[in-house]
Amino acid sequence: MSQKEAFDQFLKSLDEAVKEAKRAIKLPLIPDQKTGRLLWISNRELRLRYAISVDSNKKFYEALLDGKLLATKCPTCGALYFPPQDYCNRCKKQGLQWVELSGEGELLSYTKVVVKPYSFSHLEDYIVGIAKLKEGINILAWVSEKDVSKLKRGMKVNVRVKEREEEGYLVYEIVPAQD
Amino acid sequence: MRKVGIIGVGHSKFGVRSDLNMNELVLESFKPAMEEAGITNDDISFLYVSNVGFWSSEELPAISIAEYLGLTGKGAMRVEAACASGSAALKAAHDMISAGEADIVAAIGVEKMNESFTPSVVEIIGRAGNYLWEFENFGMTFPGYYAMYATAYMQHYGAREEDLGEIAIKNHHYGAKNPLAQFQKEITMEDYLNSKYVAWPIKLLDSTPISDGSSTVILASEDAIRKIGAKDVVWIKGIGYSSDTSNLSKRSDFLSLEAARRAAYLAYKKAGVDPEKVTSLIDVAEVHDCFTIAEILAYEDLGFFKRGEGFIAVREKQTYRGGKIPVNLSGGLKAKGHPLGATGLGMVVELTKQLRMKVEKSRQADIKNGWALAHNVGGTGHYAYVTLLSTQK
Ligand SMILES: [Zn+2]
Repeated sequence: MSQKEAFDQFLKSLDEAVKEAKRAIKLPLIPDQKTGRLLWISNRELRLRYAISVDSNKKFYEALLDGKLLATKCPTCGALYFPPQDYCNRCKKQGLQWVELSGEGELLSYTKVVVKPYSFSHLEDYIVGIAKLKEGINILAWVSEKDVSKLKRGMKVNVRVKEREEEGYLVYEIVPAQD
Repeated sequence: MRKVGIIGVGHSKFGVRSDLNMNELVLESFKPAMEEAGITNDDISFLYVSNVGFWSSEELPAISIAEYLGLTGKGAMRVEAACASGSAALKAAHDMISAGEADIVAAIGVEKMNESFTPSVVEIIGRAGNYLWEFENFGMTFPGYYAMYATAYMQHYGAREEDLGEIAIKNHHYGAKNPLAQFQKEITMEDYLNSKYVAWPIKLLDSTPISDGSSTVILASEDAIRKIGAKDVVWIKGIGYSSDTSNLSKRSDFLSLEAARRAAYLAYKKAGVDPEKVTSLIDVAEVHDCFTIAEILAYEDLGFFKRGEGFIAVREKQTYRGGKIPVNLSGGLKAKGHPLGATGLGMVVELTKQLRMKVEKSRQADIKNGWALAHNVGGTGHYAYVTLLSTQK
């Protein structure tokens, strides 16, 4: 059973237990599975989905369509920003330039996420890495390799734009360099 | 700047506390703290409630708690610094007194994580980093973030999974002796090595559980302490603090929690402690072992052991009772439990009792100098607080 199926099954059984309690005692009260203590299971479920402004990063998202990965650069001090932001906090200036990243770098660290958040539980276990690019900035992303034993801190990697097919949208990923 | 002392402490049992609601859980630590302080509600000017929330139903916990305890009308606020919220509340309470704004203030930590079900808790805690750039597209989790440090540390210094296991074994060893701990059970290296990965290389037995709990610390000015005639006062000698980037990708080498290092050196400076001699001064420490790797990093960030030698220290049992510096004789977050908002103040409660030689004999540190240290980290090194306590004013 996938993690999502297990979670969903649990939530469904909880729902049924509440329905049963309401039928039997006219209240949404059930004993805690671990302790047997009495719990009120809330009837008001919260659905939350964020709408985050990315208007200042429009160019970043447009470039993903062209397969390019962009950062912002301060024209005064040369500082690079990834995630891109239109504010140099050293010079206290806005109006930063867009620059394309080489994607070339090395792997700083990585992990394989096994116990996944509910909103990722429909996916296979994934490896997340942090790559240090030669330009001096780091990028966190999934690693294309599925086997942790084939990875090593310090190995050469490339960061490239790709479509995440399971979810149907563009992201960027870390790919071990071919030697 | 006025001196600030601790006059009363309380600590609930940590664990799955579906026997109590949030207010009742607070009472379990608040009541003994008030009795020990020998004061009444009227004496309190302000309550700082450290609580992370989201998984629990009350959106205004400080207000709900004040109503239940009969503190309505007092100044109140919720304090959030992720897993370091408790130390942040302690600092806020301390500063209010030291500035002369109040004489007696309550710092109350509480978390009711089990008010939500595990899938939601994993989801919420995974978002405790940078939402858009690290969670939304890459599904990072709390153990996943610390795993970045574990992988880097192990490969850089040649530490093995067994070295992380030694931390879990030590903390379960002491948790087994602490009646307030969530897990009062020893574990073996075999148990450890057989436990499943949650975020490679971090296993279930490297990780803190999902916990409910509360802790209360009553702080008072020197004047109030004299007036009340409080005994066994433990003094706050210095609170160091720092923070680090929201995006983990902006950190440098993943071999140290830089915020914790900065917080430690600030605390040493404030308390006039020589960082080179800290292990000979401090009798006992509680450090933030939300994952075993975090305890190893803490040893090094606090200057207890040299960089890259933290894992050797536990191999050599130097952080057991009777070692160079005993760490987490409470069982730590690992075995005692980690109800986020209650954790930082829970450390202070434990250390206050340690300094007063009032914990169970089998886990009581040898108190020679009367100094203790609490190291409390929020998120994945996002927030850091280091607090120095002493029986001497
Ligand atoms: Zn600049």
